[in-house]
Amino acid sequence: MIETPASRDEAQMIASILAGNSQAFHELIRPYERSVYVMALSLLKNEADAEDAAQEAFLKAYRNLAGFRAEAKFSTWLISIVLNEARSRLRRKSAVKMESLDEPLDEQGHVSPALLRDWREIPSEAVERGEVRVMLQQAISDLPPIYREIFLLRDVEELSIDESATALGISVSAVKVRLHRARMMLQKKLAPQLKQVNPKRRWFPWL
Amino acid sequence: MVIECKHVWEHISGYLDGTLDPAVRELVQKHLEHCEICSAILDSTRNILILTADERVFELPLGYSERLHARLEAEMRGIAPPIDSEDG
Repeated sequence: MIETPASRDEAQMIASILAGNSQAFHELIRPYERSVYVMALSLLKNEADAEDAAQEAFLKAYRNLAGFRAEAKFSTWLISIVLNEARSRLRRKSAVKMESLDEPLDEQGHVSPALLRDWREIPSEAVERGEVRVMLQQAISDLPPIYREIFLLRDVEELSIDESATALGISVSAVKVRLHRARMMLQKKLAPQLKQVNPKRRWFPWL
Repeated sequence: MVIECKHVWEHISGYLDGTLDPAVRELVQKHLEHCEICSAILDSTRNILILTADERVFELPLGYSERLHARLEAEMRGIAPPIDSEDG
């Protein structure tokens, strides 16, 4: 989650780091460690690479801190750094067959949801189950990159629509269109799968 | 005015985010009240968003934070402090 804790004055922390108190950088980044890793993982799809890219992104943020201007939130700025870091790593691996980072050809197309007649709520406890976790991870991982990025920023890391647009360098309307498609693609894939989750292994013991 | 299911589907995401134009929202709302298929699509989408937002879906590697801060510590020593040279 990427909310700035209320008690933090990040502008002040940044000023202090720039004045030579480099240790304060450790505190400054602590709330964003998770988001930066998740965004790196979303593109690189490999834990070790994602961790390395996350470390590199934090180091770049440190080196370039003087260039940070408070027009954007610090968290949004960090996210754009890690996305750039992950993208450039993907490009360097050009010998390896990679997914296109551009818009898929069906960008103009509509995504139809999975049609259901009723939906029985799947409780959060279901995520405790490995099979459900893998199902969710796989579905997100299978999204084309431009949809995966926006989905993770907005629905997993909970950036606002405006912050997501800033982090990705795209317009607010592009955010809305991509987010809608991402959500529909996930519904189409996951709703039928989640309905099939073996009910014999119950996750709510009170039923 | 009545809208068809496939038009409602185009607004599911905006409906969840509360970003629809009030007139469109009203149309979608009315449709949802009597269409069980669109209601199920809305409910399943909302449910899926709650599940995927769960922190347990993407777990940090064990020791990630410790390794990160150790590397920062080691490398920050070799980097001149990021003095704000432009306008202070």
